[in-house]
Amino acid sequence: MTTEVAPIVTRRLAAQEPWTLQSYLSDGGYGALRKALTMPRQEVMAEVDRANLLGRGGAGFPAGRKWSMLRKAEPVYLVVNGDESEPATFKDHLLIERDPHQIVEGTLITAYAIGAAQAFIYVRGEFALGLERMIQAVEDAYGHGVIGANIFGSGFSVDLVVHPGAGAYICGDETALLESLEGKRGFPRIKPPYYPAAIGLYGAPTVVNNVETMSNIPWIVLNGGDAFAALGTETATGTRMFAVAGRVNRPGAYEVELGKNTFRDLVYDPKLGGGVRDGRELKAFVPGGASSFWFGPERLDFSLDESKVKGEGGSMMGSGSVIVLDDTTCAVRAAWRLVRFFHKESCGQCTPCREGSGWLEKIMRRIESGHGRPQDLELLMDVCDNISPGVSWPSRWPPNMTTICPLGPSIPPPVVSSLGMFRDEYLVHVKEGGCPFG
Amino acid sequence: MARLTPENVQRARDTISLYPVARSALIPLLHMAQEQDGWLSEEAMVHVAELLELTPAEVYGTASFYDMLFTEPVGRYLVSICTNIACLLEGAYELLEHAGSTLGVRPGSTTPDELFTLEEVECIADCGRAPCLAVNWRFFGDVTPDGFDRLVARLRAGELSDEVPPHGTLSRVRRTVGLPARAEGGRERR
Ligand SMILES: Cc1cc2nc3c(=O)[nH]c(=O)nc-3n(C[C@H](O)[C@H](O)[C@H](O)COP(=O)(O)O)c2cc1C
Ligand code: SF4
Ligand code: FES
Repeated sequence: MTTEVAPIVTRRLAAQEPWTLQSYLSDGGYGALRKALTMPRQEVMAEVDRANLLGRGGAGFPAGRKWSMLRKAEPVYLVVNGDESEPATFKDHLLIERDPHQIVEGTLITAYAIGAAQAFIYVRGEFALGLERMIQAVEDAYGHGVIGANIFGSGFSVDLVVHPGAGAYICGDETALLESLEGKRGFPRIKPPYYPAAIGLYGAPTVVNNVETMSNIPWIVLNGGDAFAALGTETATGTRMFAVAGRVNRPGAYEVELGKNTFRDLVYDPKLGGGVRDGRELKAFVPGGASSFWFGPERLDFSLDESKVKGEGGSMMGSGSVIVLDDTTCAVRAAWRLVRFFHKESCGQCTPCREGSGWLEKIMRRIESGHGRPQDLELLMDVCDNISPGVSWPSRWPPNMTTICPLGPSIPPPVVSSLGMFRDEYLVHVKEGGCPFG
Repeated sequence: MARLTPENVQRARDTISLYPVARSALIPLLHMAQEQDGWLSEEAMVHVAELLELTPAEVYGTASFYDMLFTEPVGRYLVSICTNIACLLEGAYELLEHAGSTLGVRPGSTTPDELFTLEEVECIADCGRAPCLAVNWRFFGDVTPDGFDRLVARLRAGELSDEVPPHGTLSRVRRTVGLPARAEGGRERR
């Protein structure tokens, strides 16, 4: 049974027009900012550190630690990542459209904590309504005096710009995001430097945090880091939003307590995923976005704890998306579609990613359409090994990297997982010259 | 199919003023040009380059990288159908095929009356309502073939002009705060 806890980031989503300033204020909105501005900056940072809030954008890095890693130099920038484009991930989209002020408040508090006088919220370009709501929220927040000069008479001043993307998955990677924000093509930056905290926007120390990460900050300031850490378990604190998609009765984005709940809760709880559609059997699920290794039904009882999913499971919770495949789903077709995505979205800087994704897409397509050859199965593993050396099934986390950014090693997981779990299905495609699922 | 209008030049200057480095305004300015003309003409890109003191090649290089920016004309309505994993499982390819036959075009092309451009896209983060699509980036979920035909009919009849502005318009809410102060008549007071 899913644990019952009061939601944090989705608390207001069902309210009447929750995106308006009026609605936000009537709920105590910007009270956390007011409180934060009476605290020393280090104290705000310490609360977030105590919360052990792991970044909700995919990499799961502790937010407090990230902030404290900033190189000591002026100016400092804060960039909020609202580029959400990982297949079947749709939680940030909801937060942006329905509770933009919560993101703005978290952003302002974070800017104060890290000493940034300029912050940006980068919103995926396709989110037209989200952009409207976010820009309106920023306008209204300026009007209300919570953005701008000398906020609440504290002496702290900050400006905030909502910046639109223009359609490129790769810009979700934090270094590509910064390139994009600088008006360039979204090419991920060569490492080192490893962290924007050292060299980020315009070469200045920069914090990049996800939209959901920011949405947690006001609650943490109001209730304290310890209260946040009391939710979940020691390694997986607080709550998190999960986008449950695919063959479930109730696809949607749900906020649940981490650590104490499982993938089974997400998929089968009548208030969450509501079980597999049409009473079918769960064949497999993708536990953490397109880039994650798949899990079979025997792993439904894994708890929602990134350290477990990585350590014992050899996969990741990544972007917080769970995709359910049922027994009517062709594993080859599902994997092919994810590979095609990566091929299309590869920025092309690294040969293994650019060429490898193309090869994989072509071979997968040929198998799915009935033109595969028996040796193609080996070939697939070979190409995967070229992209991410040593990749194998069962999987291990993290995969090895030969490329500039983690998109490269994101390509093999759908191939390796489907091949590892459903080799017979591949063989039937090859033997019978077509897809058994029609 | 032209340079930015004087009003948009003013908007462009305002936008540039929001950033510590002018070039950061490039994508917002390209969206603005696309809002004006529905796509990015060479003249518009050259004008944007002038405003940002970039070379046209730099502007084109950025523009061509991004899927939402079109350097060739598109229809008034850009119909973007998602076929990624969640939508695929709910019949997105069948929907795409149906859309092609209703509109009489293949994905990637525009109807002869220049009203519709059909395209296949990656996940648009509305997977809870799969299969889904966007028209000029306004989202429609749980789309059946019949529902698609009704949507097209309403668009043709102009019934959705409030919900779905012409292609290129993203946010109709505009930033007004923190811009350079201006005297009556629109001249900048520095
Ligand atoms: C290919 C790729 C795509 C990514 N897409 C996103 C995204 O859409 N949103 C996001 O917040 N993080 C995304 N990330 C992770 C970011 O690089 C970064 O870790 C994150 O924004 C940091 O915020 P957090 O620490 O609050 O999670 C992506 C990473 C990669 C490699
Ligand atoms: S791994 Fe792929 S997406 Fe990442 S930088 Fe290299 S080519 Fe670009
Ligand atoms: S997979 Fe279609 S909207 Fe996400």
